[in-house]
Amino acid sequence: MFDPKQLQEVAEGSKCYESSVAKTLAKNPERKENFTTGGGIPLKRTYTPEDLEGLDYSKDLGFPGQYPYTRGVQPTMYRGRFWTMRQYAGFATAEDSNRRYRYLLSQGTTGLSVAFDLPTQIGYDSDDPMAIGECGKVGVAIDSLADAEILFDQIPLDKVSTSMTINAPASVLLAMYIAVAEKQGTPMSELSGTIQNDILKEYIARGTYIFPPKPSMRLITDIFEFCSNNIPKWNTISISGYHIREAGSTAIQEVAFTLADGIAYIEAAIKSGQDPNVFGKRLSFFFNSHNDFLEEVAKFRAARKIWAKIMKERFGVTDKGAQMLRFHTQTAGCTLTAQQAENNIVRVGIQTMAAVCGGTQSLHTNSLDEALALPTDKSVRIALRTQQIVAYESGITNTVDPLAGSYAVEALTKQIEDGAWEYINKIDEMGGMMTAIEKGYPQKNIQDAAYQYQKSIESGDRIIVGVNKFQVEEDMSERKLLKVDASVGVNQIKKLRAMKESRDNVKVKDCLEAIRKGAQGEDNLMPLILDAVRHYATEGEICGILRGVFGEYKENVVL
Amino acid sequence: MMDRKIRVVVAKPGLDGHDRGAKVVARAFRDAGMEVIYTGLRQTPEQIVATAIQEDADAIGISILSGAHEYCFKAIIDLLKEKNASDIIVFGGGVIPETDYPTLLGFGAGAIFGPGTPTTETIAWLEKAVAEKRAKEA
Repeated sequence: MFDPKQLQEVAEGSKCYESSVAKTLAKNPERKENFTTGGGIPLKRTYTPEDLEGLDYSKDLGFPGQYPYTRGVQPTMYRGRFWTMRQYAGFATAEDSNRRYRYLLSQGTTGLSVAFDLPTQIGYDSDDPMAIGECGKVGVAIDSLADAEILFDQIPLDKVSTSMTINAPASVLLAMYIAVAEKQGTPMSELSGTIQNDILKEYIARGTYIFPPKPSMRLITDIFEFCSNNIPKWNTISISGYHIREAGSTAIQEVAFTLADGIAYIEAAIKSGQDPNVFGKRLSFFFNSHNDFLEEVAKFRAARKIWAKIMKERFGVTDKGAQMLRFHTQTAGCTLTAQQAENNIVRVGIQTMAAVCGGTQSLHTNSLDEALALPTDKSVRIALRTQQIVAYESGITNTVDPLAGSYAVEALTKQIEDGAWEYINKIDEMGGMMTAIEKGYPQKNIQDAAYQYQKSIESGDRIIVGVNKFQVEEDMSERKLLKVDASVGVNQIKKLRAMKESRDNVKVKDCLEAIRKGAQGEDNLMPLILDAVRHYATEGEICGILRGVFGEYKENVVL
Repeated sequence: MMDRKIRVVVAKPGLDGHDRGAKVVARAFRDAGMEVIYTGLRQTPEQIVATAIQEDADAIGISILSGAHEYCFKAIIDLLKEKNASDIIVFGGGVIPETDYPTLLGFGAGAIFGPGTPTTETIAWLEKAVAEKRAKEA
């Protein structure tokens, strides 16, 4: 980026600077011996053109909307349209959640994001013994199409895009969404949205797996194929680093393990006979936006660059859409403090700016009270307003990739890129991500990083305002929190049983039997699941059949 | 003072997959010289109680972030009573509103540690609680 003469001048200036630093240090030492990013990357006192030696603008950065997309996936980014403001929400019953969605839409959110309760995420109906105590707690309880119809009541699915955090039973919930849309008069070809559908990170970090890896990968590639043919605007997967980071990984590990998961999905889909130029266009990603502003901005930029290279060079993908890493971001839940919870508004604000400077396509901002409970309407509104203030008032949206060319940001982007490649290469050497997971490799790395993080807080190396410094006594009993009542579960079970009595049970039995046969064979399971869902087969019934054929995953406990 | 190491079961009841806290605490207990049995995810109250009895544990530490804490604490404490094992200390942490602490303590939990609690505080509490329990038994 710089000619030799300029670099020589910088080198001379740098000597001069070092000697002035030495004088300053003799009088006033720095706050710490070593400075690092939040994720542990060593930081220099200052960055100069010398740190960018070898950086080739056209090859390494390029222009926005051009390979390797370091500077963003679209040519105009937020000058054209802001990111999708998409707040993850869902609790209690379909009625309660539908009300929350309509409230969010009335307040200016531009896409929905459905949080399901744990029984739904793990393929149990609300009346399953495994579901006791969990119904409606961390999300909405959806047992059948009857619940999904209520969930999306009066929400125009031809206009709103919906993201669903559903993994192991993704096929079933996607089928319900398609069936509701059909009832509203919208054919599936017009639907847009995302299913998370990322089982590998469930094994690594999130825990809502059902089936073993092999049949799980088949369900995923079945969805890729079905959507390529029928729902061209649907994001078939959201390959997620978010939960990997929440589990305690560093920024570099978040990028590396997520993209290594991505490689595993691409390989599985190619093996099933699909073209990465086609299904590759509908892969999306999901990252965390943590506290260290510069590191996070660099991370998003590095992730785009690495993925473009993987798609182009490793998989020979020529379609530009399939080379682009498009991603959703959520601010880091693990940075929220229960202490002086109002301070979380500021943390979320900084994390929002990082996601936007990093070029996110959509964003969820956490609410200030989420270290304590589900967010209230008011705290959700503040979280959404935070995005709107950054969008409309901060000015950082008016020029594309505004931090490009910062010596520090470009140097960090390169360091994250190099660090991530090291892990990716190591995972390749181990035989790919599935083997690495079996060996507990990503799990162990994440846990080590989480433990180091906790120790650095307890030693005072890492300051968390309000937690290990600037504490105050607080009366928490005064705080208004949202609570999901136990009656939600009781009523949901009643509704489920009534629904089962009113449906055509002979037809349901036939549909379930067809799924069993399909699972034993090799045909795409999506059409069979869609048929069953249309006849009000429940999620627990469908997953129960699949559990019978596929078996269940047993966690590899690593400590 | 302690003739035998503290044995503690760190348990993840219910369907909750958030295990960062449980694993960090389990490691901190181990580094503090305790013997730690970590159950892994999706344990029913029955499984957790059976593990604690089989392992002759002094205590069960429950980590739960899914909001199902009232059900899980009650079920585990009731089962311990039923099996004549209520000498086993039950404590826990996670995303639990402070307003629910009295309910859980009322069931018989020894302590609840919220987000941001230093592991040293939990360790000190557990050491003291186990010492008192053993003194009573001796």
